[in-house]
Amino acid sequence: MTFYIISISLLAFVAVYALMGVWAERKISALIQDRVGPVEVGKFGLIQTFADILKLLQKEDIIPTRANKFLFALAPLLVFTSVFMGFAVMPFSPDYISSNINIGLFYFMAIVSIEVVGILMAGWASNNKYAFFGSIRSIAQIIAYEIPAGISILAAVMMYQSLNLQNIAYLQGIYSKEPIYFMGFWEVSKIGGIFSWGIFQAPHLFIAAIIYFIASLAESNRTPFDIPEAESELVSGFHVEYTGFKFGALFLAEYAMMFLTSMVLVILFLGAWYSPLPNIGSFALADYTNGTFWGLAWILLKTLALVVVQMWIRWTLPRFRADQLMNFCWKVLIPLSFACLFLSAFWKLIVL
Amino acid sequence: MSKLTNILKSVAGIVKGFALTAKHLFRSSKTVRENIQSDTYFSERTDNTSTLRYPHIKLPLPDNSRNQLHVEIDDCIVCDLCAKICPVDCIEIEAIKAVEDIGKTSDGTTKRLHAAQFDIDMAKCMFCGLCTIVCPTECIIMTDEYDVSLDNVAAMNYHFSTMTAEEASRNKIKLAAFEAEKKAAKEAALKATQEKKEEGNV
Repeated sequence: MTFYIISISLLAFVAVYALMGVWAERKISALIQDRVGPVEVGKFGLIQTFADILKLLQKEDIIPTRANKFLFALAPLLVFTSVFMGFAVMPFSPDYISSNINIGLFYFMAIVSIEVVGILMAGWASNNKYAFFGSIRSIAQIIAYEIPAGISILAAVMMYQSLNLQNIAYLQGIYSKEPIYFMGFWEVSKIGGIFSWGIFQAPHLFIAAIIYFIASLAESNRTPFDIPEAESELVSGFHVEYTGFKFGALFLAEYAMMFLTSMVLVILFLGAWYSPLPNIGSFALADYTNGTFWGLAWILLKTLALVVVQMWIRWTLPRFRADQLMNFCWKVLIPLSFACLFLSAFWKLIVL
Repeated sequence: MSKLTNILKSVAGIVKGFALTAKHLFRSSKTVRENIQSDTYFSERTDNTSTLRYPHIKLPLPDNSRNQLHVEIDDCIVCDLCAKICPVDCIEIEAIKAVEDIGKTSDGTTKRLHAAQFDIDMAKCMFCGLCTIVCPTECIIMTDEYDVSLDNVAAMNYHFSTMTAEEASRNKIKLAAFEAEKKAAKEAALKATQEKKEEGNV
């Protein structure tokens, strides 16, 4: 019974988050470009996207005549399901994780890779050259960027010595059973707060976090790595033939993916559900502001802040060219992430 | 070395870009737009958005702007000048002579004709504004309204006459009776003069 309640509430959360995410994206882009964005439907246009999805669900569900009908229908389902399955291993607070498995991070990496198959399926089944180009680009990009993402994650995993996301979360604050050092020299196990977060446990983890963030932008097809969608070149990439509910599912998956990758970044490097406030002498701020509900609030706050940063990046940086994208991945990010990996090994053997 | 400076330059450029977008993000979102004639209209805006929230805020129109036509039928003397000058013949007027003066327009001209029909087909109208120029009583004018959308092309034929068909036919009967009376009177007068002439000849 609890299984159903939890999965349905997660689905509801993802759906509402995606709608608000679309609203936030439109509003942020509008304000950055000195426009006003949605303002008519509801206060500040807050329910504009709810009206949009209502319209989208009523639309005729068009399947192109020459499309592969089975794959065409399966693709959005696969994309959304794979992203949604990723939420199963996310620790939302110290006491709550849907599935507390030892290979949580590995499972996350695997499940997110399935999304690529869905995107290829969508592009192939549409029988449209733009959709196919989009999906080919997406495959090349996601497979390339999974390497720096995986290796920077590995650098963090070597520091934490665990693949269980809940264990990793515990190791970044006052509830940790093992001692935590700020940059390897200052014991902060009892101080907690922002000083015990993953990015401050070792200098190279800071770089690993940045590498993972860049790679996660590419994995969720966000600007500056949105060449699979590239509106000005490919109309809208792999989902150009989709309408109605199927298009809605693909859109939902894109925003859910943004949330998921941001959440993994928060769990690995930004203290998961720990409060950023440290214990200062008798002001035990970290003790006060940690707990089940505090944890839920902190992790959502941090993740949503990262999502907003992703949107900010989208409306600031122009799109990479395909060759620049590959150059950047193979010549910059992968060597850097390997350096982080070796530094992790070095750090674990010699410094601590 | 040059590669390192290149990287640093790029990073500085990216940071600059982020600062710029953040500045715009937190700028006031109020919409203020002054008239195009004001001095600051073309200068860079620093504190508001560029969007004009159209139905709520409208830009003032120039004095000579040409929009939807309107006829103040009470001021119309049914002179038919507008229909005559119209290059696309979009004005259709049917006049009925009145038996007596039927009042005055707001500028003091006496009205002698009933406007049984005064239709302007805005679908045909080319917005040249000639009708407003020739109108002696300035009853046909261009309004400020320019955003009109209708779902039926017949609805674009505006009817300005307030006269009902019943009233029109009553006026027609009245006119016919008056004319018949006049004719009879004329014939009677003619007869009388002829008789007089004949008497004189005798």
